[in-house]
Amino acid sequence: MYSRRLELSVGAFVLLGALCLAFLALEVSGLAQTGDTGSYRLSARFDNVAGLTTRAKVSAAGVTVGRVVGIRYDETTAGAIVDMDISQDFAQFSEDTSASILTAGLLGEKYIGLMTGGDPSNLKDGDVIYDTQSAIVLEELIGKFLLNMSSDK
Amino acid sequence: MMNWIAGIGRSTLSQLSDLGRATLILTQAIFGRSNVGVHWRLTIDQIHVVGVLSLSIIIVSGLFIGMVLGLQGYTILTDYGSEQALGQMVALSLTRELGPVVTALLFAGRAGSALTAEIGLMKATEQLASLEMIGVDPLRRVVAPRFWAGVISLPILSLIFVSVGCLGGALVGVSWLGVDSGSFWSNMQASVDFSDDVFNGIIKSLVFAVVVTWIAVYQGYDLVPTSEGIARATTKTVVYASLAVLGLDFFLTAVMFGEI
Repeated sequence: MYSRRLELSVGAFVLLGALCLAFLALEVSGLAQTGDTGSYRLSARFDNVAGLTTRAKVSAAGVTVGRVVGIRYDETTAGAIVDMDISQDFAQFSEDTSASILTAGLLGEKYIGLMTGGDPSNLKDGDVIYDTQSAIVLEELIGKFLLNMSSDK
Repeated sequence: MMNWIAGIGRSTLSQLSDLGRATLILTQAIFGRSNVGVHWRLTIDQIHVVGVLSLSIIIVSGLFIGMVLGLQGYTILTDYGSEQALGQMVALSLTRELGPVVTALLFAGRAGSALTAEIGLMKATEQLASLEMIGVDPLRRVVAPRFWAGVISLPILSLIFVSVGCLGGALVGVSWLGVDSGSFWSNMQASVDFSDDVFNGIIKSLVFAVVVTWIAVYQGYDLVPTSEGIARATTKTVVYASLAVLGLDFFLTAVMFGEI
């Protein structure tokens, strides 16, 4: 009987470990959300993506619809191409959708906001969005502000 | 002067032969021909002693470390107005560093020292010699099950530690200090990557498991069979294992996260 109790306790111990692994995978690292529920690839061309990283959120009206999966430099247009995986559940972005790089809070992380337009036809897998608004670089903003101040005088 | 140089030589040689004996013991214990059925049962016995009985200390310290992280992180992050990043801070520091390292340190103190003392007492009371006398290899009968039990238990304990720690951080951050529960968990999920953070943490604790149990088992098997010898070997186990864990942790972190 002692041996059976011991086996039970070891079994429970191992199960607890498996449970914790599942907790870490699902709740802590959010593995299920990035799972393969089916997604399609959109790209967007920005003049400047300063501060944006891969795995950043892509949101529309504040709802997360996808993730940034790649950022690369485009030599022909001298800009940055951002690849985004958008969940198949949100396939209703019109062809004139615009993308902008936004910041969560004053010092928070950068994410991409999509704003759908009025065009009746929708974006498909592999399409590129050119109507974009780049990341705000604080130094440039201050530089412009100072320039305006001095030209006003 | 000559004596001094000779002393360095002597200690180097004895360190090297220690390392050689330790490697020999480990390889014989792991790769020796063994009766799988019997030894599996012995390993389960040892998992109970080494793993299940360490649960309480692991859960309690995990909870408190998570809660302290939540409290400290909150006071610092509010200065920058970004207390919603609390979940990210708690989860990343637990999965990457604190989980594997603190669990290994606690394990060395709780289970490693016990392993050394147990094997050492077996040696001092000549139980190991008697086993050999009746034709049972003490390395496979005594050392191997304890080694495997440690290697299996420590990663599981580390997973439990990290999970409890995250819950502790959430308890303090969300329930007491009023960080929004949604942003706490979503920030955590957005920043913690399963393969980069959780899985690397598991690999770390697996490495620590091998090193800590190896040191514990070797110190027990190789000690001077007197009461003083047992005391010294137990101390050595805890000191060497802790130092090895902390040193290896820096090395592993440099390899895993260095290029970020």
